[in-house]
Amino acid sequence: MHELSIALSMLEQIEEEAARHSGAVLAVQVKIGVLSGVDCDALSFAWEIAREGTDVAGARLEIERVPLLVRCPGCGVTHAPEMQAIFCPRCITPEQDILSGRELELTSLEIES
Amino acid sequence: MTTQPRLVEVRSRILKENDVLARQLRERFQQAGVCVISFVSSPGSGKTSFLEKLMLRLGERHRIAALVGDLATDNDAARLGRACKQVRQITTGTICHLDAKMIAAALEGWDLEELDFLFIENVGNLVCPSSYDLGEQMRVVLLSAAEGEDKPLKYPTIFNTSDVALITKIDMAAAAEFDREAARGNILRVRPGMRIHEVSSKNGEGMAEVEAFFEGQLRVGFGDRWAGKFP
Repeated sequence: MHELSIALSMLEQIEEEAARHSGAVLAVQVKIGVLSGVDCDALSFAWEIAREGTDVAGARLEIERVPLLVRCPGCGVTHAPEMQAIFCPRCITPEQDILSGRELELTSLEIES
Repeated sequence: MTTQPRLVEVRSRILKENDVLARQLRERFQQAGVCVISFVSSPGSGKTSFLEKLMLRLGERHRIAALVGDLATDNDAARLGRACKQVRQITTGTICHLDAKMIAAALEGWDLEELDFLFIENVGNLVCPSSYDLGEQMRVVLLSAAEGEDKPLKYPTIFNTSDVALITKIDMAAAAEFDREAARGNILRVRPGMRIHEVSSKNGEGMAEVEAFFEGQLRVGFGDRWAGKFP
């Protein structure tokens, strides 16, 4: 489980960002792609531990799961395959370009006014 | 009086710090002209045995070094030390993966200009290493014939973020009733077009091909393998 490492990296960036604003951080919004290697439940659990005793202890974590979106360089079709079946639905081009699904992004913070 | 909370946009990679460091490492490797290849797999799939044999072969013509990650012990470094002089163990303690910071620290004092190949053996784990760029030129994932053919379907991320797959312990395929075609098919389902080699560290099957392939990477040189992979 590396979600605690991920949560600690998040915490570092959140504290840095929060220091630039006045007001408590109420919520943290992140985007986690299905192909990022991060499990959302484990990340939520890790966040509970990571935030404890910090300035953002009251901040809730809101996770947006980003599905896989792929483009076929052969025929140009954009499709949303399952992770276990990344095939072009139209042609036989083997390589597929991943457009989204690998995100591990700190998107925004909701801060008390 | 209550007011609406403000939304502050950040839009940064959570592993930004690692990514920046990995990019610096990649630039260093590129300038020094060293080909850096990392290896990931579950524990016991034969990373160390494979690397030992590979380094013995490549060591005849090239200058090589290796970094080995493990939670505890320096057993693997001792084993690889039989194949090449420059080996360093990275003991991660409770951390289940290597990151760019650990690589940078482990390289301290080494002259990269003096090397042709640097091999990095990650901690045996098919999940956690997938998120961390180490500055390598190529990531190789290993799957042994003693494991299930469906491993790629269970761990799609590590296979998808790797560049080459090795099916190791192929000498055991018959005894383990390992279905080679099913395994290949499953790898291609999660990483279309992936290069696959079957090898045996025990009897040497497939080693010459994979050695030639890695040697070819010296001429290919660096591309930024992670460029554009992360939106």
